[in-house]
Amino acid sequence: MPRVVSVFLPDLPTERIRRADPSIPAEQPIAVIARSGSKRWVSAADAAARKAGVRVGMPAAKAQALFRGLMLEDANQAADAMALERITLWALTQYSPIVAVDAPDGIVMDTEGADHLQGGEEIMVTGIANRFRAKGLTARIAIADTWGAAHACARAIQRETVIVPPGETVRAVEQLPIHLLRLPEKIVIDLRTLGFKSIAELSATPRAPLTLRFGPEIGRRLDQMYGRLAEPIDPIRSAELIEVSRAFVEPIGAAETIDKYVGRLVVQLIAELQRKGLGVRRLDLIVEKVDGVRQAIRAGTAKPVRDVAWLTKLLRDRTEKIEPGFGIEKLSLVAIMTQPLEEEQRASSLIEEDTTDITPLIDVFGNRGQRVYRLAPVASDVPERSIQRIAAATLPTEESWVHHWPRPVRLLHKPDPIDAIALMPDRPPVSITWRGKRRKITRADGPERVFGEWWKRDSELEAVRDYFVVEDDRGQRFWVFRSGDGIDLETGSHRWFLHGIFA
Amino acid sequence: MAHSGANTVITQLRERISHLEGGRSRRAQTLPFGVTEIDEHLPGGGLHFGALHELAGGGAGTVDGAAAALFAAGIAARTKGKVIWCLTRPDLFFPALAQAGLHPDRVIFVEADREEDVLASMEEALSFGGLGAVVAELVRLPMTASRRLQLAAEKTGAMGLVVRRWRRQTEASDFGQPTASSTRWRVSVLPSEVLPVPGVGRARWFLELMRVKAGECAEFEVGACDAAGRISLSTGFADREDQAGRSVHSR
Repeated sequence: MPRVVSVFLPDLPTERIRRADPSIPAEQPIAVIARSGSKRWVSAADAAARKAGVRVGMPAAKAQALFRGLMLEDANQAADAMALERITLWALTQYSPIVAVDAPDGIVMDTEGADHLQGGEEIMVTGIANRFRAKGLTARIAIADTWGAAHACARAIQRETVIVPPGETVRAVEQLPIHLLRLPEKIVIDLRTLGFKSIAELSATPRAPLTLRFGPEIGRRLDQMYGRLAEPIDPIRSAELIEVSRAFVEPIGAAETIDKYVGRLVVQLIAELQRKGLGVRRLDLIVEKVDGVRQAIRAGTAKPVRDVAWLTKLLRDRTEKIEPGFGIEKLSLVAIMTQPLEEEQRASSLIEEDTTDITPLIDVFGNRGQRVYRLAPVASDVPERSIQRIAAATLPTEESWVHHWPRPVRLLHKPDPIDAIALMPDRPPVSITWRGKRRKITRADGPERVFGEWWKRDSELEAVRDYFVVEDDRGQRFWVFRSGDGIDLETGSHRWFLHGIFA
Repeated sequence: MAHSGANTVITQLRERISHLEGGRSRRAQTLPFGVTEIDEHLPGGGLHFGALHELAGGGAGTVDGAAAALFAAGIAARTKGKVIWCLTRPDLFFPALAQAGLHPDRVIFVEADREEDVLASMEEALSFGGLGAVVAELVRLPMTASRRLQLAAEKTGAMGLVVRRWRRQTEASDFGQPTASSTRWRVSVLPSEVLPVPGVGRARWFLELMRVKAGECAEFEVGACDAAGRISLSTGFADREDQAGRSVHSR
C-alpha cells in the first residue's frame, strides 16, 4: 500500500515574488493580478493582503480601492510553474524517489519505504513543514493512503500537517467539500447546483445517473481517492540526473533475476558516473510492474561512492522488499544526488595503516533506518548537555571529556525524584529511597557543584546542583544531586534526585 | 597456548586439528586481561578474538547492567580499531566510558527500535571485518542467533561482546539458557575499596566466569576498569594511583 504525501503551497505566487526580491518588507501586502479577456482580477493574495480584505477572485480595481498601499504584480504562470518544478526537484533529492508536480499549486510524493529514513511519518511530515517554512514558503502537508485523499486533506486543513492513518481514508475525506475531488470546475458547479455538498453524499449516489449526466470523471476520481483504482505517480526527472534502465520483454519476478539485473545496472551506472567524475550520494531503484504500479527503493550513502560492491550490497539489502506482483517490466537506477569524486592517491602499502574505512557499514545501518551516530563532547558542566550526537562519518575530533570526578555509566533520561535524609547544607544523604526501596548510604563523595548556565536561560541564573557519589551498604553506587545549594531557596528547590548509576 | 601448561603432544594435536578445520587458528588470537589469575583460566590466555562473549550484571545490576557495560567498554578499549555499539535504550553516559579508556572517536552507536534489529546490526558489523569489537545490549539471545553471531565473528576475527540487560529482575533467569558464546561472565558490584579517609574508593566487582569453552568456571574479586580499561585483582587496600582521573588535584 503506498503512502502519499501531498504538499499544498497556497501562497506560491506571492511567495515567489517575495523570494525573488528579498528587499520587500514583510508587512507589505502583495496581490497578483491575472487577466482573462478584458477582466482583471486578483488571482493570489498574501496573508497581509488578505487581512486587509483582498480576496482571490475580486476585481483588481476593487482590491486597489480597498487598500492603497497594495503592491500589484502581474500573474506569471510560467514563472510559477518553474518555481514549482524547482521545488519538486529539490524534494526529489530530499524525501522520496517518486515525486511529481501536482499542478498548479502543490507537489505529491510517494513515501512508501522512504519515511523510515527520516525517522517515521510524523517526524518526516513536520520536518517537511519546517523546511518549507525556513525557505519562506507556506505549506499544508497531508499524508494518506492515496493521492486523492492526501490532495484533498492538504487543501482542507487549517493547520500545517495532517496524518491520515492507513485504512482511515473514508473517514478522513467523507465530510470534505466536492471541489477537492480534482474535478473540472464545470462539473463542480453543476454538482453544486444539484445540491451535492460533501464527498460522502456524492459517493452514496448511484453511479449510473451521474455517469450519464457528467461522464466517467466523477466515478474515476472517487475510486482513485478511495484507493479502488490505482493512480501511479509519474516521477519528475531532470536532464542532469544520471539514469540507467532496463526494460524486459518478458516480465521478470524471481528474486535472483531481480538481483542479477540490479547488479548489471549498478555496473552501468558506475561507468556513467566514472565518465563524469561523480560519486553517488543517493540512489533510487525504480521498479515498474506490469499492472502500472511503481515501487521505489532508495539508498543513501554517507559520502560519495563509486564502488560496485558497496552499492550492490546497499540495494540487495532491500530488494527482498520488492513485491513483483504480476511481473516487473522495467528496472531503472537513478543517481538522484551526486557529488564530485576525484580519484586520489592512497598511501603505498609500505607505510600501511590498518584503519578500515567503515563508511559502507554505516550506510548499511542507515539504510535500514537505524540511527547511526557518534558522541562528542560539548563544553557544558550540566551532565545531560555535555554530550551531542554527531554524524558517524565525521572526521575524528580527538576531543574527549575531561572530568576529575567519576561519571556514572547509565544516566537516567530525566533525574528521578528520591527521598533522602541528609544534613543541610553540604552533607551527603545518609539514606535514600529510590523506586520504593530504601538504601542505607555507607560511603559518599561530594559535593560537586554544577552551576546553571545563565547565558542559556534566565531561569538558570542562580540554579545550582550539588552532586554526590553515594554507595549503599550492598555496594551499589549512585549519582544523586540536591537541587539548590542547601542554604538559599533561590538556587533550587532543595529536593533530591537520582541521576545516574555507577558500575 | 604454549603457556597453558598442557602436554606438548596435545598442543601438537590441537594445531593439527585446527589446521584441518581450515585456517581458523591463524585468527585465534586472544586479548589477555593482564591479570595472571584470570588469564590462566582462559584457554589461550585471554578473551578470544573472533568469538562471542556474554556479559551480564549480577544481583541488583541486572536491569541497568551498568557494571557489565563498563566491563565491556574496558575490554573494547583495549582492542584496536573501531567499536560498534548496538543498542535500543540510549542511556549510556559516554564520559564514564571515556574514563575507562574508550575514546569517543572510536565508538559508533547504532540505535534501533527493536531487539531483532540489534541482532541484525551486530551480525552485520561482525561480518564486516576490520573492527576491534562489536558490542550489543540485548535482552534475549536465542541459541540460533548466538550461533550466527559466533560464526560471523569467527569469519572476520572481530570480538563480539553481548551485554545482557533485562527489563525486569525476573527475566535474568534467561541467562541460564545455553548459547553458543565462548565465555559468559557475570559482574556484580561489591562495596568499594576501603579508604583511609571517608569517601568512595575504587569500585570493586565480583566477577564470575560462569562458562568458558574448554575451560573451568572461576570467580574473582576485581577492581573496576581503570583509565586504560584494565581491571586488577582486588587487593582490598586503597590504591588510588590508577583510578580514572580521580586524584588529579591531589597529586
